[in-house]
Amino acid sequence: MSAVPSPSSQPLLDVRGVYKRFGGVEALKGVSLELHPGEVVALAGDNGAGKSTLTKMISGVYPADDGEIRLDGQAVRFSTPEAARVAGIETIYQDLALADNLSIGANIFLGREPMRRAFGVLPVLDRRAMAQAAKETMSRLDFHVDRLEAPVGRFSGGQRQAVAIGRAMYWNARVILMDEPTAALGVPEQRKVLTLIRNLKAQGRGVIFISHNLQDIFAVSDRIVVLRRGSLAGERLIAQTTHDEVVKLMIGG
Amino acid sequence: MSAPSTSLLRANRHSKAPHPWLVRLAALRAWLFLALLLVTFEVWARASYGVSFVLSSYNAQSIAVFAVAPLLLALGETFVIIAGGIDLSVGFVMGLSAVLAAHATNAADSSLPPLPAMLVGIAAGLAVALVPGAINGWLISKLKVPPFIGTLGMFGVARGTAFLLAKGTTVPVTNDWFAALGNGRLLGIPVVVLVTAVFVLFMHYLLGQSRFGQHTYAVGASEQAALRAGIGVGRLTRRLYLLSALCAGLGGVLYTARFTAGAAQAGEPLLLDSIAAVVIGGASLFGGSGTILGTVAGSLVIAVIQYGLVFIDVEPFWQFVAVGVVIIISVLVDQTQRKLGGER
Repeated sequence: MSAVPSPSSQPLLDVRGVYKRFGGVEALKGVSLELHPGEVVALAGDNGAGKSTLTKMISGVYPADDGEIRLDGQAVRFSTPEAARVAGIETIYQDLALADNLSIGANIFLGREPMRRAFGVLPVLDRRAMAQAAKETMSRLDFHVDRLEAPVGRFSGGQRQAVAIGRAMYWNARVILMDEPTAALGVPEQRKVLTLIRNLKAQGRGVIFISHNLQDIFAVSDRIVVLRRGSLAGERLIAQTTHDEVVKLMIGG
Repeated sequence: MSAPSTSLLRANRHSKAPHPWLVRLAALRAWLFLALLLVTFEVWARASYGVSFVLSSYNAQSIAVFAVAPLLLALGETFVIIAGGIDLSVGFVMGLSAVLAAHATNAADSSLPPLPAMLVGIAAGLAVALVPGAINGWLISKLKVPPFIGTLGMFGVARGTAFLLAKGTTVPVTNDWFAALGNGRLLGIPVVVLVTAVFVLFMHYLLGQSRFGQHTYAVGASEQAALRAGIGVGRLTRRLYLLSALCAGLGGVLYTARFTAGAAQAGEPLLLDSIAAVVIGGASLFGGSGTILGTVAGSLVIAVIQYGLVFIDVEPFWQFVAVGVVIIISVLVDQTQRKLGGER
């Protein structure tokens, strides 16, 4: 494996030698991964390589059988995705997990809606605060929408992706896992999502970007971690590798 | 970041977004329907009988009283349907509450003054409704029984229990307070209408301004989205079916008050009317949309059709045809709006 110089900062997320077994199948055999603030790490590998097992362990869907996960240098063990989210690890799902009939603000605050008191007594949803937060959050993503009350179902795929990312951002997610965020999108929309990822990077967040699309990976990532059959096949700085080399790592040529 | 890439993220409105006025018009369609019906009956009544349909406070009050029971059922059904469910048990839950309210009032009358005796009856009628409501919620949230099947089962259970409790007949009540609740007036307005109006305001607030209402919409749009946002979907579901049953219970109590007798079949014809009111009011049976004010308009549409056709002396069976046609038109308008609105 070629030496990959680590950025000087302490890693935001430090996954050390994690194992995962499902019955007789070893899904992950001692995989390590570091993610630094402001860094985009692509996670690549063929189907069944262990990408989604690794991300599910990081996001609290299930625990590791062995090894540890450190967040800001502290060992963490999440029993639920909720716990991971509270700690600042947010997953952007392929199907986005948005309520299409609600506004951007209502989606950002879904499950944690701010309330105010009408006439000093009656608790009511603070829609103005939600709309204001939506406007500010989305403008940080260079997403300018003129009708904040419109349900997100009216937006395009890339715009909805931006809403999901905006929600993660608003709640101060520092590690953002994105599972094939460009897979279901057309080319212009894919470009928007890559722009969003660069934006998160500029804000000093760490992004783990899972993709099959090497072009997207090379366009946006700093490093690439390739898994093969549950093990680390290789790790490269994007600036120092090629499509061919990554493909060879993936298929084990 | 470079300028061209940021401009890519500008929300473009040419693609899917419909004109705002079109959306508002669609939300108001039940009220437009209502206006159209009132105009039609007005013209017909004047042409045929030389009287006004609309400018008669007797007609207005009759329609309002007529609309009360199906509206109460429809209010709870609105929440359930927005959440993507359905409650078929409400009609007989209403009957069960009506019968039990009558029995409890009669039992309390022997030992208590009339006012507290009535309150005992009301409390019993509302409380008994919570039992089928709780079972519905449990079946659907814990045992994952489809709402259609679970509440259909409870339809049968509540129906049988109500008839057994009533011993197959009606249960008369002699409590004067109860009779006053059902037939009295306050400031010239029937008390049952006032009670229902207050309840409508409460439900409107609950759906539009509370977290509970907001989460109801979210679950109807995507249960996965709600779960991932940390919403307790199971608990929400159980509360929704309790709320629906409570509405039916209130309907049953007011029925007993109005007719000074509880009857197991009190809500039998009202189930389909209440679902129709919700659909005419703009809710989608696929969940995710609907409003309380729409449901109020939907209930009034049905009440005006039923009362108006009698008023202009059309054979009563035409009511069913007319309500059926209005339901179909509502669904067609809804589908067209969805296409124009670009919603999935």
